[in-house]
Amino acid sequence: MCLAVPGRVLEIEEKDGTRMATVDFGGVVKEVCLEYLPDLKVGEYAIVHVGFALQRLDEESARRTLALFADLGMLQEEFGDPWEAAAAMAELGGSEVDGTAEEATR
Amino acid sequence: MKYIEEFQDPELARRLLDDIHATVTRPWALMEVCGGQTHTIIRHGIDQLLPDQVELIHGPGCPVCVTPLEVIDKALEIASRPEVIFCSFGDMLRVPGTGRDLFRVRAEGGDVRVVYSPLDALRIAQQNPTRQVVFFGIGFETTAPPNAMTVHQARKLGIRNFSLLVSHVRVPPAIEAIMQSPSCRVQGFLAAGHVCSVMGVAEYPVLAERHRVPIVVTGFEPLDILEGVRRAVRQLERGIHTVENAYPRAVRPEGNPAALAMLEDVFEVTDRAWRGIGTIPGSGWRLSERYREFDAEQRFSVTGIQTREPAACRAGEVLQGLLKPHECEAFGTTCTPRNPLGATMVSSEGACAAYYLYRRLETPPAAPAHLEASPVA
Repeated sequence: MCLAVPGRVLEIEEKDGTRMATVDFGGVVKEVCLEYLPDLKVGEYAIVHVGFALQRLDEESARRTLALFADLGMLQEEFGDPWEAAAAMAELGGSEVDGTAEEATR
Repeated sequence: MKYIEEFQDPELARRLLDDIHATVTRPWALMEVCGGQTHTIIRHGIDQLLPDQVELIHGPGCPVCVTPLEVIDKALEIASRPEVIFCSFGDMLRVPGTGRDLFRVRAEGGDVRVVYSPLDALRIAQQNPTRQVVFFGIGFETTAPPNAMTVHQARKLGIRNFSLLVSHVRVPPAIEAIMQSPSCRVQGFLAAGHVCSVMGVAEYPVLAERHRVPIVVTGFEPLDILEGVRRAVRQLERGIHTVENAYPRAVRPEGNPAALAMLEDVFEVTDRAWRGIGTIPGSGWRLSERYREFDAEQRFSVTGIQTREPAACRAGEVLQGLLKPHECEAFGTTCTPRNPLGATMVSSEGACAAYYLYRRLETPPAAPAHLEASPVA
């Protein structure tokens, strides 16, 4: 829940008057709100929590953390299919559920 | 996993551990507040690498675990309504309410959707103007600013079919409540790094001073935890109690000013009930008067909820650090991730789930009930 993952800013654009960015988390790309770090620039790293950049991070720290999270499978936990994860936890298999995290069309 | 070779930098881990072993002269009990840190500690066997005199007590910092049963039941009731699209983070799906969970509500036909970000829920509201979209706003100070920004955006864009079911909680009042408990054994705290990324450290010196406890702002990686423990133990051995920042790469003393300003605008401090613990004064946020129209509890008058906690569940004692998960009679027998009695067995940040996933085969069967937590052998 409080997991925050370092990501690198690929692009920045205004959407509905809100500063948004596409951010790369070791291969997974997500849309992230930059309103709390308005001076973050393309190429810089930030700690991102539930789609919001909360604090700048230096590149070396970010890379190390991403490598560790990848090793531990934590990126899958954060960005994988939550219905599958819940089903796996319940040992039900995926048959009862067919939802995905991408239901919010972008 | 308790092999130091498996750390990202085994050499540094060894040096930190050597320093802790060399520093300790007597028993100390530290509490890691954050469930994410609990997960790291158990996953990597950090508690087993530390000297026997250093005990880590697992704190109540799992937002999924402390969301009150009454709020879960309200969520289940709202999510069951045909006009509602109920959006939540994935880790709330299997938290048991009275007799069911969001997973079950969805199987029964409720429109429950998992989102990565609260802004995704707002987008769903824009795309479905004839439906009521409710987002389950739980979490500590790390998660509150994203939810605050989302409500702020809803008002700015005039999206009226969006509302927030709020159950936000704050760390400092919880530390205060823990220290005031007569059975408290905590002598120092590892404060949650990402909470401090947002809030800064201004709230902590008064707690450190009043209760004479070191408070070390700590990150989430194994080496971060070792460094947090090392600094807390050094302070305790020297008889000092200050606030230290052992996570400077992500925490600035002032926190994130833009996020703090948004919290101030959208939320106001309120008393909040914590599951298994009870009401802690000033420990939560609710929507401020200006944003009250986006409060799902006001929009959907949920009445007649009869909450019922399983009698065998001792999550409250686990959340207060009075009991280690494996000391509960139900642990691993009548309570498992498949059939959880309480939220601490569901959430990946819950202490019971962490012990079940990483420690089950090593722990002895539950000892007779007692309130004196003892370290895992």
